[in-house]
Amino acid sequence: MSLSVENLSFSYGAIPVLREVTFTAEKGELLSVLGPNGVGKTTLFRCILGGLTPASGRITVDGAALTELTPRQRAERIAYIPQIHPPTFGYTVLDTVLMGVSRQLGALGLPGAAQVRQAEEALEQVGASHLRERNFTRLSGGEQQLVLIARALAQRSEVLVMDEPTSALDYGNQLRILQLVRRLAAQGYTVVLSTHNPQHALTFAHRLLVLLDGRSAALGRPADVLTPALMERLYGVQVEFLHTASGVVLAPRAEGDGHV
Amino acid sequence: MKQKPFCPADRRAALCIAALAAALLALFLFSFVLGRYDVPIWQVVRILLSRLLPLEQTWTGNMATAVLNVRLPRILLACLVGGALSAAGTAYQAVFRNPMAAPDILGASSGACFGAALAILLGAGRLSVTALAFAASLATVVLVYAIARRIRGNQVVNLLLSGIMISSLFSAGTSYIKLVADPSNQLPAITYWLMGSLSGTRMQHVVFALIPMAAGALPLLALRWRINLLTLSEEEARSMGVNTTALRLVVILSATVLTAASVAAAGMIGWVGLVIPHLGRKLVGSDCRRLLPAAMLMGAFFLLAVDNISRNLLAVEIPIGILTAFVGAPFFLYLMTRKEHVL
Repeated sequence: MSLSVENLSFSYGAIPVLREVTFTAEKGELLSVLGPNGVGKTTLFRCILGGLTPASGRITVDGAALTELTPRQRAERIAYIPQIHPPTFGYTVLDTVLMGVSRQLGALGLPGAAQVRQAEEALEQVGASHLRERNFTRLSGGEQQLVLIARALAQRSEVLVMDEPTSALDYGNQLRILQLVRRLAAQGYTVVLSTHNPQHALTFAHRLLVLLDGRSAALGRPADVLTPALMERLYGVQVEFLHTASGVVLAPRAEGDGHV
Repeated sequence: MKQKPFCPADRRAALCIAALAAALLALFLFSFVLGRYDVPIWQVVRILLSRLLPLEQTWTGNMATAVLNVRLPRILLACLVGGALSAAGTAYQAVFRNPMAAPDILGASSGACFGAALAILLGAGRLSVTALAFAASLATVVLVYAIARRIRGNQVVNLLLSGIMISSLFSAGTSYIKLVADPSNQLPAITYWLMGSLSGTRMQHVVFALIPMAAGALPLLALRWRINLLTLSEEEARSMGVNTTALRLVVILSATVLTAASVAAAGMIGWVGLVIPHLGRKLVGSDCRRLLPAAMLMGAFFLLAVDNISRNLLAVEIPIGILTAFVGAPFFLYLMTRKEHVL
């Protein structure tokens, strides 16, 4: 499935947050959304997820406008993977993943054997089957993020919207999660992922959308659009782009004494 | 039950729920033996069964009266109120994503108290007091919900805030009624009612409570899996296709009907709705598929046990609302001060 956003604008009262944002994420593509705090990444995601109604513009999934879909139909197409946050109640991992199947059940339906199998398959897909009976609250951050991804996979929607999935993780888990997301894209999922880390966008994303002041400042292949000049505009810092055998590596420009 | 793949949590919960049901049945029978008029347990069983089967009468008329007319209604009401308050507490805690939420969080109790105090002031009988308390309780929560819907922003926080405000209004109203009530008979009646009591329960009171309780408990039991989805963030739940506003409204209404019916029938009984869901989570986990039935059985057991103490410990009956607080408050403090603080 492809997710298209066309000329999307949104304002909170008189304050414009998004101005004519346009992009398309194709099937099998990992599109990263990059931008400093407060540029409208979260608002963009809320519009895609249906929590906010855009002032103008259209969001479509395979041509179907989101505003014309019921919440259930939207859930059939788009799944959301939030940042990990401490939950109030500790469900087991299996029960957590099982919640992802809710769109397939009627209002009074209880998940049965078929849904449990579906949840187990999702856990297998992310390599977390061994966590099945553990309490979600007692897992490490990396494990929790895996389980939330599994929950979205159990929803069986082809578009995955991920809100900074690596923000609370250690270095190793960040890489493992991003590699997993890249594999999911290769399997045919359409992934839209927001990040604070330009290096992640460079290394893992197929395409990059850069937001600045609610506008789309750049859109294209990460290696093409991300430049030292754009980095300075975005973050107000000077960064060197080192071309290495394993791709472009960002390094903060050293000051006079040789330190950062 | 449908055949499910092996799942330890399910099996453990099924065992726990069966054990709780057995314990409740045992306590239920044992409760008939307690009291000033002696009835041996085998006679209790025979008297109860005689209502269903043609049994030869081996008991005296007084025994039958004590068991069927005096003790049975009270025991049933204790179980109903305990189960209803626990179910309501479980539901409210899910809606508010907060393990500290209690059934009176949206003003159901303060509304009921106001209604009851008003009815006593007007000289109404027990059933009228119950009816007015029930109506006032429902009206209070509907008011709280309507106000919260008019405020922008986070619905859960709005509900909480307007619940606090409206509760305090009705509490002030109750205080005013106490001030103007006749101190020789009305004021003690109001005060006693507010402390909560199951004494003098007749079968008609049980029926009167059972109907709204069934109306509240059945939707909650039917939705017991979906209730879990309300404990997720608004965005997560919506992205799964859940109509959170409608689901939350149904859960709040059902839990409120349960609370209103309990408070109207038995007065203010605190702590059950707060503490029992915690105990339930320890036993069967947080998933409401298992927690809701377990909490209802535990609540019924707990309130029946406390009521047995309340009517037998001293020559003068201790209001059950006081006893539940004596048990509930220390337990809650224990929960809060424990090192491994996982609620």
